[in-house]
Amino acid sequence: MERYLLAGSTFFYLLGFAYSLVLLGAGKFRLGRFNLYAIAGGFVLQTAFLYLRGHAVGRCPITNTFEVLVFLSWSIALAYLLVGTTYRMSLLGAFTAPLVFGLQLLALLWPTGQSPVRQVKADGWLELHAATSLVAYGVLALACVAGVMFLVQERQLKMRVPGSIFHLLPPLTTLTEGMRRLLWLGVGLLTVGILAGFFVGVAVGQWKSGASLLVWVIYGGILFLWSRNILHSHRVAWSCIFAYGLALVTLPAMYALGGYWAK
Amino acid sequence: MKIFCVGLSHHSAGVSLRERFAVEEADLTVSLQELRASAALEEVVLLSTCNRVEIYGRAGDPADAARRCADFFRTRGGDGADFYQRHAEEGVRHLFRVSCGLDSMVVGETEILGQVKAAYALALEHGATGRVLNRLFQQAFRAAKQVRSETGITRGSVSVGSVAVDLAEKIFGDLALCRVLLLGAGKAGARVARSLQSRGVRSLVLSNRTFNRAADLAGELGGMALHFDRWQSALPDVDIVISSTAARGRLLSSEELRPVIAARRDRPLFLVDLAVPRDFDPSLNELEGVYLHDLDSLQAMARQGMAEREKEVERCERLIAAQVAEFQQWVQQDARDGRSRIGAES
Repeated sequence: MERYLLAGSTFFYLLGFAYSLVLLGAGKFRLGRFNLYAIAGGFVLQTAFLYLRGHAVGRCPITNTFEVLVFLSWSIALAYLLVGTTYRMSLLGAFTAPLVFGLQLLALLWPTGQSPVRQVKADGWLELHAATSLVAYGVLALACVAGVMFLVQERQLKMRVPGSIFHLLPPLTTLTEGMRRLLWLGVGLLTVGILAGFFVGVAVGQWKSGASLLVWVIYGGILFLWSRNILHSHRVAWSCIFAYGLALVTLPAMYALGGYWAK
Repeated sequence: MKIFCVGLSHHSAGVSLRERFAVEEADLTVSLQELRASAALEEVVLLSTCNRVEIYGRAGDPADAARRCADFFRTRGGDGADFYQRHAEEGVRHLFRVSCGLDSMVVGETEILGQVKAAYALALEHGATGRVLNRLFQQAFRAAKQVRSETGITRGSVSVGSVAVDLAEKIFGDLALCRVLLLGAGKAGARVARSLQSRGVRSLVLSNRTFNRAADLAGELGGMALHFDRWQSALPDVDIVISSTAARGRLLSSEELRPVIAARRDRPLFLVDLAVPRDFDPSLNELEGVYLHDLDSLQAMARQGMAEREKEVERCERLIAAQVAEFQQWVQQDARDGRSRIGAES
């Protein structure tokens, strides 16, 4: 049952991705609700999968790489459904769909962890720490997507004759505001995650703490430099992309070293 | 189907002819009454815009009624015009094409839909329409809505002014908070400034080598005049700069703009250079947060917009054909039900 739910949600994300790709390729992309419905469909099935998996493993289902990838993909879809539509950035769906599809596909292809293994009940702080941090990563993924959209739209505006995607992307100021809010939300959630980590009743290695703090400092630094007018939107957009790339690289290390994520 | 249309438009008549036959807004009500009486029309809608004057009617003898409608125009505007007639299905298709902007001078423009709606509303208010024209016009509005939402016929801008507004909206979103600086008192710049004003920009500052001309134009456009030797001092506060001066050299270089950008605290700056030779150094476009477009790029975008719209015409025609077929089905169903005379006759 679990596998069907996961395969179904992957199929929904693939639909959203393929639909955008075909229309963009044909230069006929129109803003519509298809992506929203596709991501919402994928999200519902994914939620059901995580619910069943949570019961099976006896705790928040982020106990191995496979589950973390699914949870991260779920967090991005959640952030899109909560935040993306609010900022009326409908095309965000076209950019979000490939990201969640890619993560989900990676999870499905991951060689280990597909079958649930019953775990001992985890410390509540540890669960809060791990879950909040992953949702923060989902929100920051959307900040990264907004950054990509900003750079694409900026490039269009700098061109003598913009392409057809120019009409479909939101205004630069909307994207800037989107990046700002997503960064604040992501950093806020990361902060909660890190604070919860201090109360965890197990010993945490220096590398793990260092990596967590590094990600927090980088994102906090982007916000600080932006507020001090040292960084401007263009560089903030690039920073969102690079910072997320780094965060993704450190993520497996953090969980492996943190003890929650079982190999 | 006893529906017909008689009229002339920019396709068939020049402006000197169109203005002779145009019906003033104040005369529309009287004209509707005259038409119903003189042309024996059961239902009538009179559409008069700067690009067309048309009568949509339904009568027992449509050929005779159409001839009388042409006479009605000739009585008002004299001879010399060739009025086209569209009967039955062609008349229906014509109205749908007009409402969708396919028959407009600028293909895909949306102002015409408002004008058709106003003409219909006036006829409805004065009891000049009945069941058939009510249904016909409602279907025309539905067709226009469908065409607008399902095709790209209204997408893209087709004039320099609207391209500039489009770009500004893609940079700033809502223009209500934007301040505009207009350099030079030329017509092209004023036209773009007016387009931006129509979208509700916050304020407009004008600067020209001859201060009095700037002051005159400022009075006309509702802006504020600024001495030309001080225009650069306004740069940190404005969001859009439109330039169309006759200066021989560049008015602004990267070196001059760089400190201004730093002081603007991450607010974008949109430069519209309409001057020939150009007022702004093209390298300004490479600065972070600065978006520079000149006359060539704006015109290229307008041409591209027009070409994109023309590509969509075929899709629009297909949607309109379906709407026409739906209307015909309604008429046939009406005839089967025997609920109306027009239905029974068709």
